[in-house]
Amino acid sequence: MRQSGNRVKSVSYAKYGYLFSIPFIVTFLIFSLYPTVFTAIIGFTDFKGVTATAFHFLKDPFANFVSIFNNVTFQNSLTNTLIIWVINFIPQLSLALLLTAWYTNRSRKIRAQGAFKVLFYMPNIITAATVAILYAAIFGYPVGPVNDILQSLHLTDGPFDFTTSPWGAKLVVAFIQFWMWYGYTTIILISGVLGINPALFESAEIDGATPSQIFFRITLPCMRTILLFTLITSLIGGLNMFDIPKLYIWNGGPANQTMTASVFIYAQAFSGTYMYNRAAAASMIMFVIIAILSVFVFYLMRDKYEANAKRRIRREKRRQRKEEMEAPVQ
Amino acid sequence: MNRIRMPDTKRRAGATVYIVSIFLALLSLLPFWIMIANATRSTYQIQQHAISLIPSGFLSNNLAVLNGKIFNPATGFINSLIISTGATLCAVYFSTLTAYALVAYDWKLRQPFFTLILAVMMIPTQVISIGFYQFMYRIHMTNNLLALILPSIAAPMTVFFMRQYMLPALNLDIVASARIDGAGEFRTFNSIVLPIMKPAMATQAIFTYVNSWNNLFLPMILLTKKENYTMPIMVSLLKGDIYKTEYGAVYLALTMSVLPLLIVYFVLSKYIIAGVALGSVKE
Repeated sequence: MRQSGNRVKSVSYAKYGYLFSIPFIVTFLIFSLYPTVFTAIIGFTDFKGVTATAFHFLKDPFANFVSIFNNVTFQNSLTNTLIIWVINFIPQLSLALLLTAWYTNRSRKIRAQGAFKVLFYMPNIITAATVAILYAAIFGYPVGPVNDILQSLHLTDGPFDFTTSPWGAKLVVAFIQFWMWYGYTTIILISGVLGINPALFESAEIDGATPSQIFFRITLPCMRTILLFTLITSLIGGLNMFDIPKLYIWNGGPANQTMTASVFIYAQAFSGTYMYNRAAAASMIMFVIIAILSVFVFYLMRDKYEANAKRRIRREKRRQRKEEMEAPVQ
Repeated sequence: MNRIRMPDTKRRAGATVYIVSIFLALLSLLPFWIMIANATRSTYQIQQHAISLIPSGFLSNNLAVLNGKIFNPATGFINSLIISTGATLCAVYFSTLTAYALVAYDWKLRQPFFTLILAVMMIPTQVISIGFYQFMYRIHMTNNLLALILPSIAAPMTVFFMRQYMLPALNLDIVASARIDGAGEFRTFNSIVLPIMKPAMATQAIFTYVNSWNNLFLPMILLTKKENYTMPIMVSLLKGDIYKTEYGAVYLALTMSVLPLLIVYFVLSKYIIAGVALGSVKE
């Protein structure tokens, strides 16, 4: 009797699952899905001008996409985004791996590890807009702390302009990104190492493996998933890089030194001639690139978590069956 | 055992770790220290020596320069406070509710719904901003702070982490016994599930708050009236021409925008670092 009672209840409670999901679903439909569809539609129209509200579909529906693809500034912005991401991510991951190897070394405990982590991560929580303007002041021209140091060490004859030089500007933006994110990556990687089964390390130590052997033969292979995850999420974040390239030099600079994809979209839509249609087309191109990248994240997450969840559910079911079998005896 | 084998290389390696760590720690602190020191120095002093670690006595002068200009830290602070608090409350409460729907109930569309959440988790708002802006413009919600608060009711990332936390933490037997005691489903959620979820809610609240506080893109396109500007928009104004020659004042303005964050960070740093570690893909 108790059993059948349970079953009836679990069926009748299903409606609460729908009920409690309603706020999320309604908000998602209004504030995410509708704007997505709307952006896609605008990409096929002649919609531009700051106060315009009416628009018409273009005769050639892909005209905006074609013109965006042929737009030199957009091409530049994609290359810039990639360049800045690469020269930030490679040193960032290398340093994070080095710190991870040091901080998780089992034969040597690093003192004040907590304090170091707090300081490494600190730049990440500071408003990126503030960081961009602060660095613009620090790399200021003709007077600024960095130029001060360079000249007093006689590394340069005169002040160096870190904004007009295309490589100088990109290097500074990449350095800021590196500085803001290596702490985050380090903490993620360390927690990844701590998640590895300690028995693996113990047996390797017993077999006489050196710390570097352990790191390259056990730690790294075990962290494949987490490294891939870090790579893809960083790439998605890099594609959206906006605050720093936008503010380090206003709107990515007159010669597009730090013009990234997001800055390009912003500049197209919200300044000058207010080309909402072109900006929407560029947004959709970015959307597709990011969607493809997030498919990878999706599978990484799903495999990892679903495997756990399934195990848990099986365990739960077994436990329930056992209880139900035991219940009548009592 | 190891110590006997190779004491010298070990000690040297240990020293390298500390040297690099201390260097990186200084690298994190130095820009802020220069900023705070320069906030108290006059523009003339900064032009002579742009780098100084010793504060000077021009704080009030710099403050006077900022006064009456477009950068208004009080307005920015209040607007950011309203948006971040609202967005955090919405995100944390409704994400927990959604996670509860995913964990506690067996409904037909549960799995497809969770798949949807995973699928849209990585899509950033920036790429749909054109449609979002036009939509808000049409319903007259630009310059309305609610346009930046309400969307956080649907925060896929937060729902995901809440679900992951809830799966092992919530014992469904407690929920079942609350039912037997005659509590309604909604009351059970509010009085039994929410307290269990407190640690996860605190972690997510910190990150939602920081993200919302630091957000520049959406507020910048939506809020066009000066009285609605958030702190990051205020900061972005410092790039304007009227501040070109006011070095000391710019540093002071930056300091004003950073100090609240730094204080909160050092108070909560333990939880923040633990929260970052929790957010990774691990078992």
